[in-house]
Amino acid sequence: METTSPVERLLRGIAITLVCLFFMFPIVWIVLMSFQTNETILRVPPSVIFVPTLENYTALITGKLETQAGTLDIDFMGNLWNSLFLSTTSVAIGLILGVPAAYAFARLKFRGSEDIAFTLLSFRFAPPLLVLLPLTIYFQQLGLANTYGGLIWVYQLIVLPLILWIVRGYFEDIPADIEYAYRIAGHDFWSTFRRIALPLAGPGIAAAGLLSFIFAWNNFVFALVLASADKQPVTVGALAFVTASGIQYGQVAAGIVLSIAPTFALALYAQRYLVEGLSLGAVKG
Amino acid sequence: MTITLKNIRKAFKTNTVLEDVSLSVATGETLVLFGPSGAGKTVLLRLIAGVIEPDAGEIHVNGQNMAGVEPEDRGIGMAFQNFALFPHMDAFANIAAPLTARHQSKAVMKDTVEKVARLLKIDHVLHHKPKELSNGQKQRTALARALSAAPSILLLDDPLRNVDAKLRFEMRLELPRLLKDQNATVIYVTQDYKEAMALGHRIAVMNGHGIQQIGTPQDIYLSPANTDIARLFGDPVINLLDVVPERRDGRVVALISDTAIPLLDDYAPQIGQTCILGLRPEALRFVPEGTPGAIPVEVEAETPLNEKTVTLALTLRGREIMVSRPAGTPGPVSGRAYIAVDAASAILFDRASGRRIAPVHKIIRKEEVA
Repeated sequence: METTSPVERLLRGIAITLVCLFFMFPIVWIVLMSFQTNETILRVPPSVIFVPTLENYTALITGKLETQAGTLDIDFMGNLWNSLFLSTTSVAIGLILGVPAAYAFARLKFRGSEDIAFTLLSFRFAPPLLVLLPLTIYFQQLGLANTYGGLIWVYQLIVLPLILWIVRGYFEDIPADIEYAYRIAGHDFWSTFRRIALPLAGPGIAAAGLLSFIFAWNNFVFALVLASADKQPVTVGALAFVTASGIQYGQVAAGIVLSIAPTFALALYAQRYLVEGLSLGAVKG
Repeated sequence: MTITLKNIRKAFKTNTVLEDVSLSVATGETLVLFGPSGAGKTVLLRLIAGVIEPDAGEIHVNGQNMAGVEPEDRGIGMAFQNFALFPHMDAFANIAAPLTARHQSKAVMKDTVEKVARLLKIDHVLHHKPKELSNGQKQRTALARALSAAPSILLLDDPLRNVDAKLRFEMRLELPRLLKDQNATVIYVTQDYKEAMALGHRIAVMNGHGIQQIGTPQDIYLSPANTDIARLFGDPVINLLDVVPERRDGRVVALISDTAIPLLDDYAPQIGQTCILGLRPEALRFVPEGTPGAIPVEVEAETPLNEKTVTLALTLRGREIMVSRPAGTPGPVSGRAYIAVDAASAILFDRASGRRIAPVHKIIRKEEVA
């Protein structure tokens, strides 16, 4: 390790603090807001000194939102459940479809394989709004509008390209000789895929799964247009707090805290895994 | 188990690697594929193993055409140059991989793995993952994996390439016995001519899309098919000198240092043609001045190697010539010296094609046999 002078360490400390403040402040502020009433939130000048209250959270969990105009029914816990169900199922289906496809793109060079892989990636380039309008019409005709199945299908647009491209890099990084060796040892194609390719690409598959879970969870616009209240995830559900009598900042904040908590926990838990996984895959693509 | 290749052709995109390669290996024979990198040795092994398919030609194992037979159904053991161990399995599981495919009982499997591990002296590291093994242990694990199911065909792709010199030397001594005990048909790939000569019953020299010569180690050393092969075998490399054979006093001779070197009379048809004379450094020896037929040279430098001393000398016309002698024997260090040449050991090559010119009498004898 190189030695650092005290001045250098001090400057570095200040820089790190600034960066942390910049990135963490919104989250900290939201957390603080979630423990306040609308009155303390909106007072001028704002202050971090207040009497904490849990009423935002109770409102969310009981589903009764007290406003000046009266009591509103909200289904935030339902939204949370929707988010969980939609994201988990989408990622599961994405993995079932994407991992074998990624293996095929990595190992079997067939006519047009590169073009197909690129087309799938290009789904990520197009702004979602571009496809939403025609999709809405088709979905209504097909009876897929406002169904979990339809939403999960659309979520594949987010999840599948991500899984495909991350996992493909991992499969390509496995020396072909290792798989050949297993084949020659007497194992067929499928058991080679299961016992060699899958475990060796494991970190990449996990990273891709986590990342696509976060992307699916954070999706807003697909669910906004294609789902009605009972199928909406939290990202859309938070809109319910924008009521006729004003924006319920406290509940919005509490809703955000609850909705980012799972992905936040997941990201914290799998942080090392994620960074390692993604950067490993990026070395050779 | 015999292996027969018929007119194999293999190209990757526009890059032709193998062109019209035919080869056969007898049961229990060790055939060494020898050649520089890029000669297609590894590709040939992979074709036999079945992990790639030939563009043309047939591969027969024990008379059965292997076209369309999956690698797992060919019953072959193979060791890879880069070991190709399964990184997520310990050494035991690696070695047991060919056995699990054959659905043997746990106890039989354990016995077999431990036996082969003891044989290769890796029984103490069976529960280590590949990354915890030294290079030598990895190499032995890879070899153990190839051997564990006692396959009747073994393909060894330069297994000693990535191990240190000491281990390579040990393994070169151990391997022939090990392979003999296996009683398998072996194809062994190497770039090391000493390894090729130590291990092979026969050597197939590969270069430029195909096999240039197949023969016993002696054959290839003493009668290389061309100057390339002559250069590849032997350290220090063979002396190759341009000469024009002529007749003097009724004998066929070549001139080096203005001195007539007698050649076999069978080279008479080459009189007047530019040829390359191949002289193995160890077939030359320093002799006292005045020895009949000795070539005068100027000694340039002397390099003592472990078991031999190599002297670089210049002929009177300034051509370099190397002489090798056992270490510890006396020899000139500088100045004028004299070299004697044994006519029988001299090899003559065609200047234009580089191909060895077979002495006439051998051809006649072959025709008589036929």
